[in-house]
Amino acid sequence: MSKIHVTTTVNGDAVEFLADPRETLLDCLRDHLGLTGSKEGCGTGDCGACSVTLDGVLVSSCLVLGVEAQGKQIGTIEGMATDGDLHPLQRKFIEHAALQCGFCTPGILVAAKALLEKKPDPTETEIRYWLAGNLCRCTGYDKIVRAVQDAAAEMREKA
Amino acid sequence: MPKDEFQKYRLVGTRPNRPDGLDKVTGRARYGADISAPGMLWGAVVRSPHAHAKIVKIDASKALALAGVKAVITRADFPDGLTGEPWNLQENTIAGERALYDGHAVAAVAATSRLLAEEAARLVEVTYEVLPHVTEVDEAIKPDAPVIRAGAADASVPEGMPPNVVRYMEFGHGDVEAGFAEADIVREGHYLTEATHQGYIEPHACLGQMGEDGKGEMWVTTQGQWYIRKMCADVLGMEVSQLRVTPSEIGGGFGGKTTIFMEPLSLALSKKAGGKPVKIVMSRSEVLRATGPTASASMDVKIGMKKDGTITAATANFRMQGGAFPGAPVDMALYCAFAAYKLPAVHHVGYDVLANRPRAAAYRAPGSPNGAFAVESLVDQMCLELGLDPIEVRLKNAVREGDKSSYGPKFGSIGLIETLEATKDHPNLQAPLGPNQGRGVAAGYWFNHGGETSVSMAISEDGTAQVSVGTPDVGGGRASIALMVAETLGIRYEDVRVNVVETGALGVNEPTHGSRATFASGKAAVEATRQAIGELCKRAAADWGIDPEAVEWVDGAAQPAGPNAGKFPPMSLAEIAGKMGSTGGPISGHHESVPEGVGASFGVHVVDVEVDPETGRTTILRYLVVQDAGTAIHPAYVEGQYQGGAVQGIGWALNEEYVYGKDGRLQNPIFLDYRVPVASDLPMIDTVIVEVPNPGHPYGVRGVGETGITPPLPAIANAIHRATGQRLRHLPMTPAKVLAAIKANGG
Repeated sequence: MSKIHVTTTVNGDAVEFLADPRETLLDCLRDHLGLTGSKEGCGTGDCGACSVTLDGVLVSSCLVLGVEAQGKQIGTIEGMATDGDLHPLQRKFIEHAALQCGFCTPGILVAAKALLEKKPDPTETEIRYWLAGNLCRCTGYDKIVRAVQDAAAEMREKA
Repeated sequence: MPKDEFQKYRLVGTRPNRPDGLDKVTGRARYGADISAPGMLWGAVVRSPHAHAKIVKIDASKALALAGVKAVITRADFPDGLTGEPWNLQENTIAGERALYDGHAVAAVAATSRLLAEEAARLVEVTYEVLPHVTEVDEAIKPDAPVIRAGAADASVPEGMPPNVVRYMEFGHGDVEAGFAEADIVREGHYLTEATHQGYIEPHACLGQMGEDGKGEMWVTTQGQWYIRKMCADVLGMEVSQLRVTPSEIGGGFGGKTTIFMEPLSLALSKKAGGKPVKIVMSRSEVLRATGPTASASMDVKIGMKKDGTITAATANFRMQGGAFPGAPVDMALYCAFAAYKLPAVHHVGYDVLANRPRAAAYRAPGSPNGAFAVESLVDQMCLELGLDPIEVRLKNAVREGDKSSYGPKFGSIGLIETLEATKDHPNLQAPLGPNQGRGVAAGYWFNHGGETSVSMAISEDGTAQVSVGTPDVGGGRASIALMVAETLGIRYEDVRVNVVETGALGVNEPTHGSRATFASGKAAVEATRQAIGELCKRAAADWGIDPEAVEWVDGAAQPAGPNAGKFPPMSLAEIAGKMGSTGGPISGHHESVPEGVGASFGVHVVDVEVDPETGRTTILRYLVVQDAGTAIHPAYVEGQYQGGAVQGIGWALNEEYVYGKDGRLQNPIFLDYRVPVASDLPMIDTVIVEVPNPGHPYGVRGVGETGITPPLPAIANAIHRATGQRLRHLPMTPAKVLAAIKANGG
């Protein structure tokens, strides 16, 4: 199948790649752009390990075709720390031991960041429902929810 | 770093940031599928769509005709003549004469892209002759069931047993009939648990390369690089030392990544494709259809109890299927079933049964959750009948140090009593319950495994330390080992770097399994550090011109051991390390052993549920885990093990199961239908770390990883019983099952 030239922006940088029309955005990020921070856990949009933002909207990149990225702004885990400073969520995940194997972590961080941008003061229930599309098999979610709560509190203080 | 209250050590027991945390929150950590190599091909696997079928013919001509397809392999590309476990591994890696389950690999292809490999796999034409199949344990154990493999039974199986029984066991002590006669009530129950999957979010992935010279390399997500190496070598008929296996970061394993699946296929494809590296990444449906699941179980338990709660006798008869190969953990299920109870008389019978399902792999305390579901459910039912408090009944019958266990050996130091007492004191037990709510209690047990262990550590020129361990870090292992080495050496936690190394760097290490990494690698790392300290003292002694015996190591420095040794100021680690090149060369420590002194771990869980009487849906309101950790090296990661284990158990109790159709095919091979717990299903998981130090470990560690998955199954069943009056004996306790039980009894 002939490939399609895609020009897009990832974490603020202009990039281009040749995509097979059958390839997902996740495949393109990982295999063409070397951005392996987004993970494939299911390929069916059920686990959230591939969460990225597409023009600011949280999506499962395994359910987006690579060619759909044309002209869009994509945000991935690799762009979450700015100028070497970790995002408060990243810092709080480490401090709260909110990860064990770490495989779901990039997707959860991207999803949690999208939540806090929408809702700076979420309740525990709101956090749990927002993250219900991100599976974690190691932690039982307790420390993840606490880390998000703590990061949100810190971000509100600094805002 | 804030110290926990009553902390005994400088560093052990604190909660520093884990050393691999930064890589894991930035997407930099490299997992199984995150590596590529120059000239790399992609592999894809052709899998059987039948539960049981004779493979008549495999025609790969159409696949090979595609431009970019570099190799197709079948069983014919693997050596003949294997026996025993190597044959089992080879047969499970790629089917021989018959496909034994839905998803069984029958061929594999390598091509220049992932999409091309998948397309080529679809073009491989396999002609099957479908055979009768059986997937349920109670069907598979019947004398007239389809025979999975004649002659697979081992010597433990008496003559005349049904053909799919491949292992049989019977053990116990005391006179159970006399015990039942002594009881005030004797009750029996029949219990069923369905197969579940470990459900690690990272699918299996590897990048293998093997040349015509028989030398190979592999990058792979695994709990045990040496196990992978030996198993691949066995399956491929190669020399073990010629394969070098590097573990990636691991995206969850829970026992399911202690064995091989498609790893030998990547090596065989690479060899056939002229030595080009071949990457294989499983899809989620491949993971669910062809890897890891647990055994399913059909269990009968009988218990005799006096009115005061004293258990007088107990029997268990367990039948488990672990797929088309021997290895259902019926032995472990039986060993753990009554482990919490001091029993004058107990008898166990177990059957390991073959069925047309994928080969069961270990899953967190394999077997123990099944057995606990049966036994702890029945104990609770009897407590209810006699009006006794479930914690008091467990305290009355609890095993203590020196007691003979239900499975034979005497217990060493254990903390069941302390764990039960701590449970009683927890505020969750005082929380009021409303209508349709119930509180369930259950205990659980798991061993701790020593296992082959080899660790090296070395002092760097600046007085920092590096440690090489062979146990992949599944959830904070590097942090706990760094804490123990830094504590022992008297330096900062941040000055120790722990590396999980490849097979070429150390002698054989067993995987991170059996709750052993912090115990065994930790113990070996402390021993290796002590060896290095001996050398550090020698160097100081030589400098001072005194006897090495007259030097002691205190707070990260050598000093004369008392006034008679001489008067010298302490010589710091950095000072000794800075000149080691001219005082005798590198300073390092090494330790290898099969560590003894393992400490078993008991846990008690208390769960409050609410059952919706209209839908049968169970909501977890409160959840408490109390477990003995011996010593919690890094308490946050101990809590993490407790919480994670509990939630996997909650999934097993309420949602998760392998559903097979009449055609023997798995009906739910995606996460949408195989539903693991999500954040909105759960409350916070409260934890209490009980610390009854294990005398067999320098800092008192017990393995904590596995016990936590065991109590939730019965604890939730017990809570549902107390909320609804209905006793559910078949997992998972789905809304449909709970509702049916309520309706059947006029609810």
